[in-house]
Amino acid sequence: MHPTAAYEPVFSAERKQQLDEILKRYPTKRAALLPALWMVQQARGWISDHAMAEVAEVLGLTPAYVKGVVTFYTMYHQHPVGKHFVQVCTTTPCNLCGAEGVVKALLEHTGCKELGATSPDGKYTVVEVECLGACGFATPVMIGDDFIESVTAESVPELLRRYP
Amino acid sequence: MGFPHTPHPKETVLLSRYFGDAEARTYDGWVKRGGYQALEQALAMEPAQVIEIVKESGLRGRGGAGFPAGLKWSFMPKEKKRPHYLCCNADESEPGTFKDREIMRWTPHGLIEGCAIAQYAIQAEVTYIYIRGEFTEPLRIIEQALAEAYQRGVLGANAMGTGKRLDMYVHRGAGAYICGEETALMNSIEGKRGNPRIRPPFPAAFGVFGLPTTVNNVETLASVPHIINRGGAWYRSLSLSNPKSTGTKLFSVCGNVKRPGNYEVTMGFPLGDLIHELCGGVPAGRTLKACVPGGSSVPILNREEAESCKLDYEGCMEKGTMLGSGGLIVFDDSADMVYQIMRLARFYAHESCAQCTQCREGTAWTVRILQRILAGEGESKDLDLLLDLSEQMTGKTICVLSDSCAAPIVSGIKKFRGEFEAYINGTRRPRPVLAHA
Repeated sequence: MHPTAAYEPVFSAERKQQLDEILKRYPTKRAALLPALWMVQQARGWISDHAMAEVAEVLGLTPAYVKGVVTFYTMYHQHPVGKHFVQVCTTTPCNLCGAEGVVKALLEHTGCKELGATSPDGKYTVVEVECLGACGFATPVMIGDDFIESVTAESVPELLRRYP
Repeated sequence: MGFPHTPHPKETVLLSRYFGDAEARTYDGWVKRGGYQALEQALAMEPAQVIEIVKESGLRGRGGAGFPAGLKWSFMPKEKKRPHYLCCNADESEPGTFKDREIMRWTPHGLIEGCAIAQYAIQAEVTYIYIRGEFTEPLRIIEQALAEAYQRGVLGANAMGTGKRLDMYVHRGAGAYICGEETALMNSIEGKRGNPRIRPPFPAAFGVFGLPTTVNNVETLASVPHIINRGGAWYRSLSLSNPKSTGTKLFSVCGNVKRPGNYEVTMGFPLGDLIHELCGGVPAGRTLKACVPGGSSVPILNREEAESCKLDYEGCMEKGTMLGSGGLIVFDDSADMVYQIMRLARFYAHESCAQCTQCREGTAWTVRILQRILAGEGESKDLDLLLDLSEQMTGKTICVLSDSCAAPIVSGIKKFRGEFEAYINGTRRPRPVLAHA
């Protein structure tokens, strides 16, 4: 760790209290790791090495251990992402119903050059994900925390207008 | 499936009765519909009595394995010396399956009631409901219902005024299919990477935090209040084919069908009727080609097998497949089986926790071979290579993720070999694969 800019802790007064409440649910401190990482991501949009070190400190773990967990779970962002994080399911059931067309439409209308990239205006990051668990409502797309069902290539422009 | 949900006359609605009925989501609405009576009854019994009723009902695990639920509960220590835990598996991620999501969205109190009964039966003070991270709406609804249940005294230090402690917390996952495997789920609750554990020891002896634990699926637990209310014998009588498969089951139907959605039918219901009648069949002008009956991890059925298959644990076994989680993926004659099987394999390659070599290497290698075939660069020996690889991936690892990858490949090559060969001998044009990110 080579801190260059001042790091503002995530777990200051109010969030520290929230975390203390969560800790009461478990017999070990480590068990609060996933919830703590969610809190960091909600506060900062992504989880930096600094934040991982802070979480480690708060829960009595090592930064390397925390990183090991962060990298296991795909929903934790290890890099900043666009204002709207767009996840589209392309696993078999959705694939049968035209999910790849939805991916192409999302890339075209957001200006993202490829999957995983952020659009030049910083608004969107589009990623393809494995099974979102809504196969009967193909194609499900998540934008931030919003879960949108039955998206088609044709409905993409209208959908994106709701996320300026 | 439109909401409010209008069931087909051939459905038997227990779990899905209030799907689409927003009032049923609230505590008052749930009580008005007869909710929490089963919990009250159960709390007046001895825990062992509750287990006996569930045993008698014949209820089997709805998450995929089909293990008898009452028997599983009876493995927990009778004499309680240390804390016990219940984990509700709401990590629904099996491609083709989306039933638990609907249970949580529409009848959160039904699930809480089922958890509370199970928790009491196995003498646990705490239940963790492990919900996959992407299910933001079910998560919000369950949390709201839990807050209400605490407020109304259903849960807490003095649950239902009985002096018994019943605590229940949501634990949010963060994007890992493997955390639906029960030992990986427990590791994930403990704040670890979601790697499955070697068994034995089994969860009833050494579970979450090293303490006796039972893990049950959402649908299994949501079925329990109905069993307590109406009796084990009644539930057992719900069976159309084999008496070892009892009750109703939610089938999630998706893929190439006119009316995809969740359908609740009695065990033993004909698969052909479900697709052609309840779901309206495949799109106009198309014919049924194949069907995966139990989520992507089970062998694929061809048309003849699917149309004569009975939807219960034994009926699926008879056709060489499994009932699994009840996620039906329907393929019509326009489906490219090679491409879709590659897409399934890619799912498993992406979701492998990478602990075991056979899985980590096998799933990735399988994808590369299938993509090579799709690119028109396959050789005839590739199919034998895939079959050999699949054999190496079956029954050799800590959990069954790699077996699950092998199942659709082996059955796919066996039943749709011509499609693979067409790519290899050049009679079908190569198909580009969408770049992965």
